[in-house]
Amino acid sequence: MTSQVIIQAIISGILMGLIYALIAAGLSLIFGLMEIVNFAHGDHLMLSMFSTFWFWMLFGIDPIFSIPLTIILMAFLGVFTHYFIIRKILNSTMLIQICATFGLAVTIRALAQFFFTPDFRTIKNPIIQGKFEVYGVFIGYPQLFASFVCLFAFILLYLFVTKTETGTALQATSQDRQAAEILGIPSNKMFALGWAIGLSCVAVAGSMLSNYYYVFPDVGVNFSLFAFVAVALGGFGSINGSLIAGVIIGIVESVGGLLIDPSYKLLYVFAVYLLVVILRPQGIFGRY
Amino acid sequence: MLLNIKNIDVAYDDYQVIWNVSLNVKEGEIVALLGPNGSGKSTILNSISGLIKIKSGEINFNKIQINKYETYQRVGVGISHVLERRRVFPYLTVLQNLLLGAYHEKAKTEREKSLQNIYNFFPKLKDRSNQIANTMSGGEQQMLAIGRGLMGMPKLLMVDEPFLGLAPLVIEDLKLIFKKIAERGISILFVEQNVRLALSMAHRGYVLESGRLVIDGVSNDLINSKELKRVFLGS
Repeated sequence: MTSQVIIQAIISGILMGLIYALIAAGLSLIFGLMEIVNFAHGDHLMLSMFSTFWFWMLFGIDPIFSIPLTIILMAFLGVFTHYFIIRKILNSTMLIQICATFGLAVTIRALAQFFFTPDFRTIKNPIIQGKFEVYGVFIGYPQLFASFVCLFAFILLYLFVTKTETGTALQATSQDRQAAEILGIPSNKMFALGWAIGLSCVAVAGSMLSNYYYVFPDVGVNFSLFAFVAVALGGFGSINGSLIAGVIIGIVESVGGLLIDPSYKLLYVFAVYLLVVILRPQGIFGRY
Repeated sequence: MLLNIKNIDVAYDDYQVIWNVSLNVKEGEIVALLGPNGSGKSTILNSISGLIKIKSGEINFNKIQINKYETYQRVGVGISHVLERRRVFPYLTVLQNLLLGAYHEKAKTEREKSLQNIYNFFPKLKDRSNQIANTMSGGEQQMLAIGRGLMGMPKLLMVDEPFLGLAPLVIEDLKLIFKKIAERGISILFVEQNVRLALSMAHRGYVLESGRLVIDGVSNDLINSKELKRVFLGS
């Protein structure tokens, strides 16, 4: 095995990891805000990928141009999800909350299989395709572009949450809902905003993934598993944590698959997860 | 009359904790809400700020009935509530905490002016404006919580156990500051377990026992009242 192969694996891992990071950031934001785990997060990703696919299939809009449309669709879906499902279970026990978002996941996936059929679909001849070679390391343009867009979206998210007034209000609501409410910050609106932002994250990730990934109703499953591990590793509710954790998981997945066998790559990711749970249950940047 | 509460009942599900309580606060007045543990003092503050919905009765503020207002709307009519145990936003800076105090529209326009006022009351907050709130001492956090409440430009400042766990010198400082706040025409309604301390600052007091009002009056009368001794000492 040459060093080139290892470098190849690390670079592929980083490129994929940046996408995991953005997916995990959405999940982490929602959890940090209202302590609800969105088990349907992967299926929201799947919906974003289908949205991108159908914009291309029906209207011939390339994924790089349909990103804003998918973001708008998913943000609205987030707001609807909050008002019609999440708001009703906010003060319920954890079991009810788990059942609600898990049920949502099953429903979304079943509906997708019914309406879109379980076929694997691809977007043919997108604007961004092909690959290039540097010192024997191959990098795909769609992968590179996807990770840049995800990183850019991540930076925007970070700036929004830490630098703007609404972002600060969002943080305040996640740190102490009652204290925020008393200052005139309507927590219900903040929660809806959190869902809109959380699903916008998967909208960006999904749009970019569909450039080079198969689109099918079960596509979200693995991504959401990785996102959960990233959130646990980075620390629940920490957006910065999910960036570092996402990249770590991307590298572990890719290098681990290379060293032993690609079919075991899930194993390494979950081994990392177990280590986190044992050694540092609150995650790298966690507060909980 | 700034705050006028008429015959309120409050219940947690089926368990009633406040029975037919009426009280009022005038402009610029400092009023203490006294009573032993679990007598319902905090519940009354919480129902004024809307964290708990009342079962029956009326809460009037500045001639507006606010029973039906959501919690986040009540700061807009002029009620600031400093919660028990400070409840500053632990991972935000002092400045971010203060600015959030002026989140609602009316306060936002006067934000810079309010900030200067609060820095005058609590110079320490100015020195520490970029410090993360949960790294400060209890007394400093209490000042921050009160400052954050004042940023909302309230007509009524409600403070739940302001002196809990503070050093005697800090308590004296805080008492002076409360008096200054009241001199500016802001009424203060506060909850306290230490009767002597509370009545040394308040103009008037109300005494609660098991969710019912038992006595009220001006501080000098209350401090010598036999009924007050019975409530607290059980004799």
